[in-house]
Amino acid sequence: MKIVVLVKHVPDAQFDRHITGSGNTTDRDESILSELDEYALEAALQLAEEHGGPKAGNEVIALSMGPSGAVNAVKKSLQIGAYSGVHLSDDALAGSDAAATSLALAAAIRHISADGRPVDLVLTGMASTDGETSLIPAQLAERLSYPQVTFASSLEVAGNQVTARRDAGAFSETVEAQLPAVVSVTDQINEPRYPNFKGILAAKKKKIASLSLSDIGVDASQVGLAGSWTVVESAEARPPRTAGTIITDDGDAGIKLVDFLAAQKLL
Amino acid sequence: MANALVFIDNPGAALKKSSLELLTIARSLGETAVAFTGELNDDVAATLGAYGATTVYLPSEEDLDNYLVGPKAAYLAAAVASSGATAVLLDNSPEGKEIAGRLGIKLNAGVITDVVGVEADGTAHKSVLAGSYNTTAKATTPVTVLSVKANNVEPSPVGAAAAPATATIEVPAGAIANSARIAARTEKPVSGRPDLSEARIVVAGGRGVDGDFAPVEELADALGAAVGASRAATDAGWIGHDAQVGQTGVTVSPQLYISAGISGAIQQKAGMQTSKVIVAINKDAESPVFEIADYGIIGDLFKVLPQATAEIKKRKG
Repeated sequence: MKIVVLVKHVPDAQFDRHITGSGNTTDRDESILSELDEYALEAALQLAEEHGGPKAGNEVIALSMGPSGAVNAVKKSLQIGAYSGVHLSDDALAGSDAAATSLALAAAIRHISADGRPVDLVLTGMASTDGETSLIPAQLAERLSYPQVTFASSLEVAGNQVTARRDAGAFSETVEAQLPAVVSVTDQINEPRYPNFKGILAAKKKKIASLSLSDIGVDASQVGLAGSWTVVESAEARPPRTAGTIITDDGDAGIKLVDFLAAQKLL
Repeated sequence: MANALVFIDNPGAALKKSSLELLTIARSLGETAVAFTGELNDDVAATLGAYGATTVYLPSEEDLDNYLVGPKAAYLAAAVASSGATAVLLDNSPEGKEIAGRLGIKLNAGVITDVVGVEADGTAHKSVLAGSYNTTAKATTPVTVLSVKANNVEPSPVGAAAAPATATIEVPAGAIANSARIAARTEKPVSGRPDLSEARIVVAGGRGVDGDFAPVEELADALGAAVGASRAATDAGWIGHDAQVGQTGVTVSPQLYISAGISGAIQQKAGMQTSKVIVAINKDAESPVFEIADYGIIGDLFKVLPQATAEIKKRKG
């Protein structure tokens, strides 16, 4: 099985995050591997291991699109256990919206399939922790004409079929699709492993392929701010919320709370 | 020719408030049509008319629900072509966003998700990076696809409840072939409480409830609120993961958010800081949640919540 895991280098949500520049794009200093992508990587590693690991011809490829720093998301994925990495980087990609990003990623996946071993499965997190649109799995599937299975909380591959459970919304569902497919996984699917010392050493020997737009046959006008179908016209930092009234319970705080709610017309 | 097309997916016997909100926004964009799935009963048709829909499209295939989003996106693309609409509005549920995403690729149309406000020219307002920025975004394409969060406009009917015309849209053959099939489906037990993502009031519990959600649930029921939880509480198995509020769970934006026994780590704050009014109850005076609370109570939730619940019941008689 050949599995591509999409990994994104995102600003660390533990710190303040900023929007900068004329394109109103996210400042990517202080970035890390998107937390939700670790579940997709773990799911890929488990599937590959269940199917005989690298000896049986399985591959787990971490693919990241982003500026030079994004290679760190690939490196971290290799330390956790991905077998190899691909970093798609080109100045023209900066500011791509979901439509332009999915176009570039679809071309990269076709490129990764072009060595005679087509990709069977594209795994992603349920959302990135920066843009949080959840659009990429659906848009990538549409561009590749693959079925999509989203918000998987369990995952099995048997023969040419992927079977997943989803618990989102009002239903619990079992979903089946033919490979190749795009599957996004939730943070309920597994407990991601941590990189250990052996993994960190091993990662240094693993290959990271660098791809530019010309490698994947995409013109600069199709991506970045130029190729995006949406534009962020303005971005204003929201004034931080300020603390209001704080009281210490002297035995009647519940009643004072109801008084507050009544005064706010919230009862 | 319609200007705006609203997607309404399987509403059942009555339209959800979020659908009425979409119809209200659509009317500000121009003549409105609806792309509908499921059974269109007379009451629902009358309500659609009362909210200004002039045409309701229905799909030629009945089994769209047996597949994940692909066929619905194909149906909606065909409905956009028939209606001539230049703006498509969907709800901001995970499924709504995915249909929006696929529709955008099919139509070469810009997609904007998590929208909290729409101007007459289709310019959209949203809040990003966990509520730390307000942005204005616009599609640069002939058609704009917007998924809109609930609770941001007051639904208002146009008045005269004329039933709209209906028309059937042929679902493109082949739309089903490349889609994942739903092999089995079980409905989860219904709580009777409002849906978390749409609720006007949310009462959420965290680590501080120590396994006992009863006081949180009782206050929620007295207020007609939804119940939410921090990741610590759902990971501990005290309540289902559907209740998780935060960056990796449901993002809520209610009129009132009551946080009980939650310290307010950044990922929790991220899921709720666009709430209009925030109330926090926590024993630990140093909890970060107090930095953003409009009304904070340093105290024991097991004393404060039941007292508040009893007082609300008393005042409501």
